[in-house]
Amino acid sequence: MSSTVQTHAPHAHSPHEHSGVAHAAEPKTNYLTANYGWKSWVFSVDHKRIALMYLFTIAFMILVGGVFALLVRLELATPAGDLLQSENYNKIFTMHGVVMVFFFLIPGVPAVLGNFLLPIMIGAKDLAFPKINLLSYYVFLVGILLTLTAAAMGGVDTGWTFYTPYSSTYANSQVALAAVAVFITGFSSILTGLNFVVTVHKMRAPGMTWFRLPLFVWANYATGLIILLSTPVVAITIVLVALERLFHIGVFDPAYGGDPVLFQHMFWFYSHPAVYIMILPAMGVISELIAAFSKKRVFGYPVVAFSSLAIAVIGFFVWGHHMFVSGQSTYAGVVFSVITMLVAVPSAIKVFNWVSTMYKGDVLLSTPMCYAIAFLGLFTVGGLTGIFLGTMGLDIHMHDTYFVVAHFHYVMVGGMVTAFWGGLHFWWPKMFGRMYPEAIGRVAAALMFIGFNMTFFPQFILGYMGMPRRYHFYPEEWQVLNLVSTLGATLLGISYLLPMIYLPWSLKFGKVAGKNPWGAKGLEWEADSPPTTFNFDKTPIVTEEAYAYPEGARHQPEAKVV
Amino acid sequence: MSSVDATGLAHHFEDLEQQRESATLGMWAFLITEIMFFGGLFGAYVVYRTMYPEAWDNGSRELDVFLGAVNTTVLIGSSLTMALAVRCAAKGNNKQVAGFTLLTMVLGFVFLGVKVIEYKAKYDHHLIPGPGFMYGGHAGGHEQIFFALYFTMTGMHAFHMIIGAGLMIWVILRALKNSYTPQNHTHVEMIGLYWHFVDIVWIFLFPLLYLLGRHGHAIGAATGGHH
Amino acid sequence: MSSEHSHPHITPIKIYLAVFATLIAGTWLTYWVAYKDFGWLNTPVAMAIAIVKAGVVVLYFMHVKWQSKLTMLYAAGGFVWLLTLFAFTLQDYFTRSWLPVYE
Repeated sequence: MSSTVQTHAPHAHSPHEHSGVAHAAEPKTNYLTANYGWKSWVFSVDHKRIALMYLFTIAFMILVGGVFALLVRLELATPAGDLLQSENYNKIFTMHGVVMVFFFLIPGVPAVLGNFLLPIMIGAKDLAFPKINLLSYYVFLVGILLTLTAAAMGGVDTGWTFYTPYSSTYANSQVALAAVAVFITGFSSILTGLNFVVTVHKMRAPGMTWFRLPLFVWANYATGLIILLSTPVVAITIVLVALERLFHIGVFDPAYGGDPVLFQHMFWFYSHPAVYIMILPAMGVISELIAAFSKKRVFGYPVVAFSSLAIAVIGFFVWGHHMFVSGQSTYAGVVFSVITMLVAVPSAIKVFNWVSTMYKGDVLLSTPMCYAIAFLGLFTVGGLTGIFLGTMGLDIHMHDTYFVVAHFHYVMVGGMVTAFWGGLHFWWPKMFGRMYPEAIGRVAAALMFIGFNMTFFPQFILGYMGMPRRYHFYPEEWQVLNLVSTLGATLLGISYLLPMIYLPWSLKFGKVAGKNPWGAKGLEWEADSPPTTFNFDKTPIVTEEAYAYPEGARHQPEAKVV
Repeated sequence: MSSVDATGLAHHFEDLEQQRESATLGMWAFLITEIMFFGGLFGAYVVYRTMYPEAWDNGSRELDVFLGAVNTTVLIGSSLTMALAVRCAAKGNNKQVAGFTLLTMVLGFVFLGVKVIEYKAKYDHHLIPGPGFMYGGHAGGHEQIFFALYFTMTGMHAFHMIIGAGLMIWVILRALKNSYTPQNHTHVEMIGLYWHFVDIVWIFLFPLLYLLGRHGHAIGAATGGHH
Repeated sequence: MSSEHSHPHITPIKIYLAVFATLIAGTWLTYWVAYKDFGWLNTPVAMAIAIVKAGVVVLYFMHVKWQSKLTMLYAAGGFVWLLTLFAFTLQDYFTRSWLPVYE
């Protein structure tokens, strides 16, 4: 893919051109200042405002989920089950899982960064269906309220996976209400995915061909497809669980000939691809960060683009690797195991290409890049330990141990959450027009990396030694590793709280950011910071791909603070 | 903010063509989710039918195949009237849009009415899954799973029809205000797509639920018997 | 492809009536064959009729025949994906009895 270096259509318009000479002194309005009052927010159909509403909601949910995580780690600091009773511990880790998976990991990158950036990146005024976008936010909010209600009414103790027949027949907690909450949240996800898919197909600016799209857009497109094809299946599964629970219809009840393993098939048909709903947009963020801070085109751009689609497709056919020890046939297990190995290929392609992008680039270790590099390490460890677990023989030993817990936290927290912070820092000046404090940003990123590894690396060892997950007490010889993990979790918590303090601080006290503080390529850096309500003053005409950095491009000297 | 101009073009689209194509693609994307939603139930159906073929035949013979066939005919008729409503909208003939949509709704309610009669019969015969379920005088048979899926599948289908009927009220009101033009009648088209999809679901439900275990019998022989 | 102009495709009434007749005929055909015994072909025959009926609805009533290739792809994609759900779930159920049992 060669690309010509030309400037895009809208460029540095002076206010005169729009508001007329009479208003020349007035600063140009942006999406934040276009209108005021709470109604202009709660009824807004502007994708950028909806993204911010998602951002604040999700920030609240990560705090809620974080409190549950804190309780889990505090309990596990000592071998005895002293802080919580078994029942409460079960409810706490369930709520941690439900809140983090459905209300942070899945919507995190798409609903916040995707909503804000996708239309700008393709040169559109908005998503294809702005009202549906607003609807998806309120559906999300209803899901949250129901979940919190379920928690307040006594909580759920099934684990976030709601396995039958425990959830459908035996559990004596708020399963039905939590299931309804998850069902409703699924619709929010579907509406966002649908909007993204149609937007990418139909709303691209003139000249924005598929192979000029930023990889973030490709990743969100692939995510949209996964959401459309997988989420409805878990929705109907949840309906069946609810019917089973309320009317004892027998579909998942062995007493009537129902098969609980069928629930697992239908659940994981969604919930395994859901892992890719979480990680693919995060991978899209990493592509943007690494290109911008290496001043280079992403190495092998088309391959990275197609690897997103490949992950989306192959990721659908590996779900049985969650079920190696649950009564699934050995032969089905072999098939799922082999395909699990295959999905590692496109994931590895991405990692190799990111590293190759950095090679001989002018790498600037700014805060977002620190997060991106942390992502590379953490995601690789998470991905490779996934290969261990996808191996049937090993999984018999590792299943339901802390090895699994460590593995998916490396992928989800080390991967998705790290990319989320990186992306949030990277686009923060675009979203609010202010720079965050760079030095403390790097400290937070470094602290995150240390805290994360301290928390979860010991869990690999614990799991390998056989410590099962979901128990709140353990033999004394495992205390040292558990204590290291709890201390690490404290550091990790602090590293997440830091940006929650200095980012809001920067809104008032941060340095004013120009259109393009990073000197990065891509349409979003040609819009104002913050963008106007319709993003561009006139529809841009695109003549080059998103990463058209000239050969040997360097960062501005003043960019290098350290 | 989401301003729409006199031709029906929303602010964020370049032209009506783009708006129309986006709506069509969006509707199909939504229908994909519907396919997968019902698909989960069809998947469960396939699994359990493979496990318990006899119970499936027994359960199926409890259903009233004649009412099922009549209902299929009614629903296909409603699909035709819906298609005609869309056709009239494309010509800008608002009165006929209202008429055909109303007819579609009426046929939809006929279908639902027949469904209620069928459900009532199942209730009378203790075929509602749950603690009170009895088949052939016994509780706990695998026929219960057949009926669990029968009620979930047809219930979900009926639920979709009720939503469709609600949307049609809106179409009728808009048509009475002469809102539809040859350039802008996307609402009718989209609701038409939805209604046809609901029809397709039934096209599969009818043979899969009603027509099992009758092979080799005389027509109508095993209908709703066995008590 | 009707994407060149903004006027929608208007299908002749004759086509709609022909489709309607096909669907009605299909319904009563499937009712009738349900009482014939074709052995293992019973279900395939019923499904073949249903697939033809659904295909006619998709192509004509839902206008996919006159839509862009992209819409056709999406319409087909959903059904294909559903088959993968069935296939990968059933590979478990069909092979469970193959499990070698060691005493």
